[in-house]
Amino acid sequence: MTLSRTAKILLSLVALLAGAFIYVPLGVILINSFSADRSLTWPPSGFTTEWWGKAIDNEGVRSALWTSVWVGLVATAMALVLGTLLAFALGRYRFFGRETVSLLVVLPISLPGIVTGIALNNVFTSFLGGLTIWTLIIGHVTFCIVVVYNNAIARIRRMGSSLEEASADLGASSVRTFALVTFPMMRSAIIAGAILAFGLSFDEIIVTTFTAGPGITTLPIWIYQNLFRPNNAPIVNVVAAMLVIISIIPIYVAQRVSSDDERGAGVM
Amino acid sequence: MTTTMTPAPRGGFGYRHPRMRLAGLLTPPMLWLVVIYLGSLAALFLTAFWSINDFTGQLVRTFTLDNFIEVFTNSAYYVVILRTLGIALLVTLTCLVIGLPLAFFMARVATPRWRPLLVALVLTPLWASYLVKVYAWRAMLQPEDGVIAWFLSPLGLGGPGYGFLGIVITLSYLWMPYMILPIYAGLTRMPESILDASADLGAQNGRTFRSVVMPMVFPSIVAGSIFTFSLSLGDYITAQIVGGKVTMLGNVVQTTYVTNLPFAAAVATIPVIIVLLYLFAVRRSGALDNL
Repeated sequence: MTLSRTAKILLSLVALLAGAFIYVPLGVILINSFSADRSLTWPPSGFTTEWWGKAIDNEGVRSALWTSVWVGLVATAMALVLGTLLAFALGRYRFFGRETVSLLVVLPISLPGIVTGIALNNVFTSFLGGLTIWTLIIGHVTFCIVVVYNNAIARIRRMGSSLEEASADLGASSVRTFALVTFPMMRSAIIAGAILAFGLSFDEIIVTTFTAGPGITTLPIWIYQNLFRPNNAPIVNVVAAMLVIISIIPIYVAQRVSSDDERGAGVM
Repeated sequence: MTTTMTPAPRGGFGYRHPRMRLAGLLTPPMLWLVVIYLGSLAALFLTAFWSINDFTGQLVRTFTLDNFIEVFTNSAYYVVILRTLGIALLVTLTCLVIGLPLAFFMARVATPRWRPLLVALVLTPLWASYLVKVYAWRAMLQPEDGVIAWFLSPLGLGGPGYGFLGIVITLSYLWMPYMILPIYAGLTRMPESILDASADLGAQNGRTFRSVVMPMVFPSIVAGSIFTFSLSLGDYITAQIVGGKVTMLGNVVQTTYVTNLPFAAAVATIPVIIVLLYLFAVRRSGALDNL
């Protein structure tokens, strides 16, 4: 449809305001990380880079970062296997209960995190004898499966099976077909799913609170513990700013790998 | 081959023993999702019908509806339920009011060259840490020295401070991209020819929007609302950080689950039932394929 000039200007204005709504808080985080004040005061009375140095040297921040990365990598690897298997099962077969299964996969991200959190906490402490780093990883895998699955099944539906048939007709074994035909076509979808799964795991706070063993501190847990401690406000500000900057990386990678997708939002 | 299975597509997979292949593919993820996840949920809901011995603090494993009766008759709790529902609805509405025009701008006003950049700009905050974003709003909303209070003070106005409004704003901010992206995807999938046809038949922009665009993006809006609604229902951290004294359902669960797990389980059942009813209601709209 041809929008009138007024409609276009109005829409652009709304988009501009929405953009400000989205970006002003992130900008405030970045500016606050250089604030010379020890509390969340606006406007900052002065600027310093002192807290950046202190945050980078902070032992608690460093070890929390490594815990988060390790948990994220293991959970992503497990979710990749489970999610991709599920995508092939649901994308290539028609069977009784298929709709129910597709509903079950989205359940862990559709239900509130606190429900998943206390449900797993209850079972882990009652039957597994307590919480460890592995109960935390199990918790994360549960909701990471769906993002891997979503990306994989979208690709499976779109690529069809004619190329694989051609490969089989030409005499390739199943393994060979998978390695030379299926996997290369799936690769970018799998990478996108992996980035999303890692991002979800890295960021998760609620399920983490309820499934992490005592003393296991991921980065979100560290921030949460220090959020209300006035003395640590400047360090929390810097860690927050770092996370805002880091969050640009997955976007960049995802845009690169999904550039062959016709829809730009391939990572959703 | 059984009647439950149409012939599998031929190819690398599922071509000699389709049922075995299917079983092999399905078993590991289903073991995980059914045994670990559904099993835990089932155990939790079973616990909701048990109780705690007031003196010993031990679980009493006899069936009782007391927890649910308490939740729905004690005004302290049903007010929280209604407040949480209100917050979730307001958040969904806010996301829609801001997200729909923004998505429309991205899909239909911006030139195709700008679209990937705009999508990236909307996606970037989605990747920024949840806690960082809530923390940002703590700085924004702070009653005395917050950014909003500072911005409004020349007008003689104060900021909203921490509380109900603060929670609604923060949650809307958090879940906004979940609303924008499905709508944007739905709008870009819509063929230009349909809009032209509508215009050729004499419809004004408003009419085309109501009769053509809205019905087509409706499933996308519903898909987005699943996130904005259910994520808001279960949140408790936002209320802790920017809610002041205002509590939500999640806060009740979080504060009671150590001392009284059956009661916490009963409270946790409420958002689950609401979300399941919602998912069930929208299943036919095709929204789930848009997730």
